[in-house]
Formats: sequence, structure tokens, C-alpha cells
Amino acid sequence: MTKFDPNRRNLLKATAVVAGGAVAAGRLTPEAEAAAVLQPAQSTEPATVNVLLRVNDTDHQVMIDPRTTLLDALRERLHLTGAKKGCDQGQCGACTVIVDGRRITSCLTLAVMQVGHDITTIEGLGTPKNLHPMQAAFVKHDGYQCGFCTPGQICSAVAMLEEVKAGIPSHVTADLNRPPQLTNAEFRERMSGNLCRCGAYSNIQDAIAEVAGVKS
Amino acid sequence: MKPFTYERASSPAEAAAAAIQTPGAKFIAGGTNLLDLMKLQIETPTHLIDVNDLALDKIEPTSDGGLRIGALVRNTDLAADARVRRDYGVLARALLAGASAQLRNQATTAGNLLQRTRCPYFYDTNMPCNKRYPGSGCSAIGGYTRHHAIVGVSNDCIATHPSDMAVAMRVLDATVETVRPNGSLRTIPIADFHRLPGNTPHIENALEPGELITAVTLPKPVGGSHLYRKVRDRASYAFALVSVAAIVQRDGTGRFALGGVAHKPWRSETAEREMPRGANAVAARLIAGARTTHDNAFKVTLVERTLASVLAEAKG
Repeated sequence: MTKFDPNRRNLLKATAVVAGGAVAAGRLTPEAEAAAVLQPAQSTEPATVNVLLRVNDTDHQVMIDPRTTLLDALRERLHLTGAKKGCDQGQCGACTVIVDGRRITSCLTLAVMQVGHDITTIEGLGTPKNLHPMQAAFVKHDGYQCGFCTPGQICSAVAMLEEVKAGIPSHVTADLNRPPQLTNAEFRERMSGNLCRCGAYSNIQDAIAEVAGVKS
Repeated sequence: MKPFTYERASSPAEAAAAAIQTPGAKFIAGGTNLLDLMKLQIETPTHLIDVNDLALDKIEPTSDGGLRIGALVRNTDLAADARVRRDYGVLARALLAGASAQLRNQATTAGNLLQRTRCPYFYDTNMPCNKRYPGSGCSAIGGYTRHHAIVGVSNDCIATHPSDMAVAMRVLDATVETVRPNGSLRTIPIADFHRLPGNTPHIENALEPGELITAVTLPKPVGGSHLYRKVRDRASYAFALVSVAAIVQRDGTGRFALGGVAHKPWRSETAEREMPRGANAVAARLIAGARTTHDNAFKVTLVERTLASVLAEAKG
């Protein structure tokens, strides 16, 4: 398995192939041919790229269009359909996954940008027979109704508790120079990037509080 | 999205050179704003230069006692830095008031400065917009304008700059460091970085074609009480109607910058000299000549009251 090396040389090689085709069809002058090789092909489908994505401790090699978001690569190519496409513009949080320990919206990053990073999806946190404590707590506290936002909520909540542990402050942290506390106000503010149309927020908060070991 | 080719740059100078050599190229770092705009075909780069491999993710002390923030430092990491929290509280507070945790984990310092307006007419490709399509007209003027600018507006654009971070950087007198395609370096004071719309609202900042931001530097700490108050339609994860970044000293002097009211972070050093006469005098000078609409006239009162509230809090 070779790792995708998206450097300039590869890019020029890829566009040279496309431009080469145009030369044959259009009979360009040598000057135009040289220019065509040096410029990325315009109004032509870009060459697909071979990327190695590390998801849930497994390497996956996929050929993708560079336009593919991480979310689409996970769902459509790797068939990891836990992360959901809600708004596809970073507002709802349904696509939240954990990259190198940090929660991000997978709809607002390209798969080619995530080569070399460690991606964890809801499928990597737990399995039906071996639930992650946060998954178990969501079940116990009825932290969902339709379930669409739930994988994003759970990935977000797991990474959120790590952020508090790491001392990262939030908008509601009263004193920036002291460690943030595990309070309901902190949970609510820190989870504001995950929307739930069913309105299961109070139960989600109970689930998070239980995993955090505090009273909701 | 329109098709594009993709490369990863390995040095800032190489990235800047590649950007000028390739028409239609854009840099991508966090991507949280650019990819959103590319999906809507408001941004249509034909080539993306990924700058994430450039070693620009450090926060380091400067020789004159300030801080140099690498262009790629994530918003989360900047807000969590112990030096920023201790000495530049207004910056940490502004960052934490912006976006959601997921977005702050991706968004970078340079990208935050370069984010585009959230004017709904800029986002609606069916409507004329001088920023998106120069010369096509402004749909906001005469449209729904509750969120729009009240100062520094023009007949061609009344959009606001959406950043919270930039408002704090304006009050801190930050400096933007860049590299140009020919490899030369330059520094741009934050006050000169963002532009007013005038009749070229599509030109939003002082960067030249291909020029890449490498860092933002903060002068040495000035002490005082640091506050960032953001007034918005919900308690979290919303853009500002009005925000106030403030540094207030014990001797009664202070610095203020406003967000949500202009095409750039809005500060007036002349207004700050009105401090002995109280918050209303400062506010009056700060937004003198405001040009409001029926929908956003409330922002004048909101600026006065938010400024008064911040000053009262600073005095404790």
C-alpha cells in the first residue's frame, strides 16, 4: 500500500495527462502545449486521487475526486454511515467525527486533507455488543428520539469531556485562569454545535453528566 | 463544487509562488468557510493549495515581550493558550464567543481574519451582490437588514465582517505578517488589514494576489481589564448583532472595538479620548455618522447600552 503523496510533482503529472489528451484532440502549437502542461486543466474533470484514510484504526485506500468531503468519503466510499449528513454546512453537527482526538464537522473538510490523520467515527467508539460508556448512557437516559443527530452528539460529547479534562475554556468559563468545571452550563455551551430537532437536550445532558461523573 | 486540482505546499514561499503561478488558485487551511462557499459555488477556485503542512502552528514569545501566533494555530488552541488567557483575555474571550467547538477545532487564525461576510444576499446566488459579482448591485440595500452594518457603509455594500477574533485583535493592535509570491515579507497593522466596502466591496483586505498570511503578532501585554461582550439572537453559536471588545485601565482610560456594525472591526482612537465623559460620549463618537436602516437602527442603542454595560463591569 502506498501512501498518497499530494505534492506538486504528482499534481503536474496528473494535469499533464489531461493536457496531453487535449493536445492530441486540439492540435495545439508547441508553445500552447508547453503552457497546457504547466497549467492545471480548466473546465475538465480533475484526475481522481489515491488517498489513504486511517479510520477507526484501519487503513483504507480509496480513489476519490478531490472534491469529496471527509463525510462523503466515510459514508459513500467506506460505507461508514454513522456520521450523518444534516445540513452539509457545519451548522448542525450531525457529521461530527473525531480527528486526532479533536471533534470536527466532517462535512467541512476534504478527504484529501485528512491523509495522515487518525479518524474516529461512531463505529469506532463502540459496537452494539460493546457500547462505549457514552453510548450506554444515551440509551439509559433516552438521549434521542429519531436518532439522526445521535452519532454526532455522542462523538461530540466524548471529545468534549476530553477538552474539559485538557483545560480548554469555554464561553461560560468564569475564570479563564482556572481549570473549567464539569457543570451543566459548561455542557450546554460546549454542545451548542450539535442540534437535536426532537429536542432531547435535557436527556442528552443527563447522559453526559453521568459519564462525566457529576450530578445533572 | 466546481472541479479543482489539489496540492500540499511545503513552504510558505512555495505556497505563495504556486498561488500566483496558477490562475484561480486559493489557499486552504481549516476550510470551514471556504468549503461551505465552494459548495454554493460562491467561491470557485480551480486549484487548492493546502497549507496545513507549513510549520505555522506555534505560538511563540517575540523579542519585545509580545506573542507571535502562527497562521495555522487553531482557534481552540489560541483561546486555550495560558499566555493568551492570562495576558490577552479579550482575545481568548472573543474566540470562545465565536462559532461552535467543532468549528473552532478546525478554524485557523489566518482563516478567521479572511472569512467572508454572512450577508444572506451574498450567500444567495440568485440575487445581485456587488461582493460576489462586482457591479451587479446590492440586494441588502432595501432588503432585510437586521444584521447589517451601520457605520462605514457605502451605496454598494452594507455587509458586516463576521469575525469575533478580529475585533479583539483590533483592540490589541495586532500586526499581520505575510509572505509575497516573490518571497519578500511584510507586516500589515490590523487597522489597515480589512477594508471598508466603498465601491469595491469584493476587495476585502490589503493582501496582494498570492500573498500568504504567516502569523499574527500581538504587542507586549498592556494589562487592564479585558472584556468581550457579544450580543446575539441566541446564547451560543450565533453571529453578533453587536459585540464590544474592551481593555479598560484603572486610570479610567480604555480601548474599544466593535463587531457586527461594520465591514471591518470598528475602532476609533478619537472616541476613546471621550472616556472621562462616560460611555455614552464614547459611543456617540464611535458610531458618529451611523447610516442605519429601518431593520438595524436598533444597533445604535444596542452599541450605547452594550458599551455602558461593559464599562460598568470593568469598573466592577
